[in-house]
Amino acid sequence: MREITYSQAINEAIREEMRRDPDIVLLGQDIGVYGGTFGVYRGLCEEFGEDRVRDGPLSEAATAGFGIGLAVAGMRAIVEIEFMDFSPLILDAVANQASKMRYFFGGKVKVPLVLRMPSASKLGLGAQHSQSLESWFMHTPGLLIAMPSTPYDAKGLLKTAVRQDNPVIFIEHVRLYATKGEVPGEEYRLPFGSARIVREGSDVTVVAIAMMVQEAVQAAGELEKEGISVEIIDPRTLAPLDGETIVESVKKTGRMVVTHEAYRTAGVGAEIGQVALEGAFDYLVAPIRRVAGKDQPIPAGPLQDEVFPDRDKLAAAIRDLMEEG
Amino acid sequence: MTDEAQHAAAVSPEQALGWYRQMVHIRKFEEKVVELSGRGLVSGSTHPCIAQEAVSVGCISALNAEDLVLATYRGHGTFLARGGDPKAAMAEILCRETGCCKGKGGSMHLCDPDIGFLGTNAIVAAHIPIASGVALANQLKKTNRVTLCLFGDGASCEGAFYETLNMVALWKVPVVLVCENNGYAISVPVKKSLSVPEIATRAQGFDMPGISIDGNDIAEVYETTRRAVERAREGGGPTLIECRTVRWERHSALSAGFYESREERKRWQVVDPIPRFRTVLTGQMAVQASVLEEIEQEAEEAAEDAAEFAIRSPLTGTAQLEQDIFA
Ligand SMILES: Cc1ncc(C[n+]2csc(CCOP(=O)(O)OP(=O)(O)O)c2C)c(N)n1
Repeated sequence: MREITYSQAINEAIREEMRRDPDIVLLGQDIGVYGGTFGVYRGLCEEFGEDRVRDGPLSEAATAGFGIGLAVAGMRAIVEIEFMDFSPLILDAVANQASKMRYFFGGKVKVPLVLRMPSASKLGLGAQHSQSLESWFMHTPGLLIAMPSTPYDAKGLLKTAVRQDNPVIFIEHVRLYATKGEVPGEEYRLPFGSARIVREGSDVTVVAIAMMVQEAVQAAGELEKEGISVEIIDPRTLAPLDGETIVESVKKTGRMVVTHEAYRTAGVGAEIGQVALEGAFDYLVAPIRRVAGKDQPIPAGPLQDEVFPDRDKLAAAIRDLMEEG
Repeated sequence: MTDEAQHAAAVSPEQALGWYRQMVHIRKFEEKVVELSGRGLVSGSTHPCIAQEAVSVGCISALNAEDLVLATYRGHGTFLARGGDPKAAMAEILCRETGCCKGKGGSMHLCDPDIGFLGTNAIVAAHIPIASGVALANQLKKTNRVTLCLFGDGASCEGAFYETLNMVALWKVPVVLVCENNGYAISVPVKKSLSVPEIATRAQGFDMPGISIDGNDIAEVYETTRRAVERAREGGGPTLIECRTVRWERHSALSAGFYESREERKRWQVVDPIPRFRTVLTGQMAVQASVLEEIEQEAEEAAEDAAEFAIRSPLTGTAQLEQDIFA
């Protein structure tokens, strides 16, 4: 099968959907000829014109509001936020408007809105450009949330996202943009709420988010040599979350580690761990572990490596867990 | 006489030479940062203020020692103009223990409260209300200190900017808002992001003075800021100053630069504040070229020293990791 990058996969998804549906409009900063901060939109402005690929001013809060307005007025908006760290600027639009507008208007409106935002890590950009803030959104009912880790998932999930009549938070990862993977040329879409079993194993279940999926695969390879068999699950979407696949896996392995780059405390790992506890308590032979970002502001420079989880920290946690029970 | 020469007429030769020295020091410093960035020594990105030195130096030299400054990630020049230690700045940019923020802030976060420099911020426009809060505190405490806040044309599109204008005008907050209009926010030219030709006119709707000037004419920047600072200090309230300037050819040392036309890319070299002011110095002020060359030489050495100091300093170690989270 052909291989393309994560970035190209996103570009293709949007291009295909925009060709199909003339009501789709892109909003954001630097998304015109520049092609988006990370070049994900390259060529879209040339193909669809400045009306549909609307480079706007630096006004995230207002841009998100415009996106909601377009959506409730019958169009489909895709809004790009340059870094997920800036999502606090649009929190009101997401948490108080888009996510509950249909509800408080008694079903009289639809909000087909996709908010794309890359999270980043280890780019040396410091405290305000290195965060994964997905738990803020997971704490908001009324949203769909995708966090793909491969080009295949990114394209399939984004195409589904664009066809939703509901607001979707689509979280990409800057360090995944250049990674390659197999993506079919033919049309396909992936459902939300369906986790992917990345690797089967029998000793421990690792639920890994975004960037940590690759790290988990590396760690599992190492541990296999030591006789530890790791099963890896990528939830792919956080809302809805495929708890069933996770619970089934934990029932099989009896051990679980959740890993993400986001801060540990009240990170999505806490929620995912609780889902497993509720569904597979009697099967657990050891406490559920989290291997996550340190609960502190992220330093710039090489010191940043201290705060992010990686394959080694994950492998160490799994070894510990195996000793415990 | 050029505008520049006219504006400089009221300035003493000592002050003029001081400005020149600072601008050249900043230029050499930033060129060194770009060089080190090219050698992979700068963690993350860095945003040079090359070609915008007259704004930093001109407006900051209009402040008293007790006044306060807040600026953006493109703020190395403001830090240096305020008297910040170039070694501590360079070390910070290279994430070294000896950096002004202990190497944990990096290029976009320089700070030194001891010299009234309350830091550079990497969320566009977020520091405009913060600076105004600082100014409000000083108003409430009747300190007589004025706060100066620098930000870009892109920042002037953010809601935080408008909300702040309203509040500072309403409360007559002693803040001077300096918008460095360098024509671009990353790739977006002002003609594609602003509904007005002059950002200064934004002030009108808030019933506060707004003035648009040539930001590469250092004497004009100085004089305009001096008046605004005086007004703020006397309780007259805020002023918005738009300094029309140009940007170094790229947004950051990391970003691509292909979105500007070739002519545009050349433009800053023509309006470059340093050679412009050099002409004033060697012309009407009759400064010897050798004096200026000495300054240039000294600036080159200072940048080299700062770089050496930074490179010799250890990268910030894990002992620092958990420090400074809570007071
Ligand atoms: C709230 C926010 N949105 C977007 C960004 C990404 N970004 C960093 S600098 C920049 C351009 C800002 O332009 P301007 O205010 O004109 O300042 P300049 O960089 O030209 O000095 C953008 C979009 C950010 N850091 N913060």
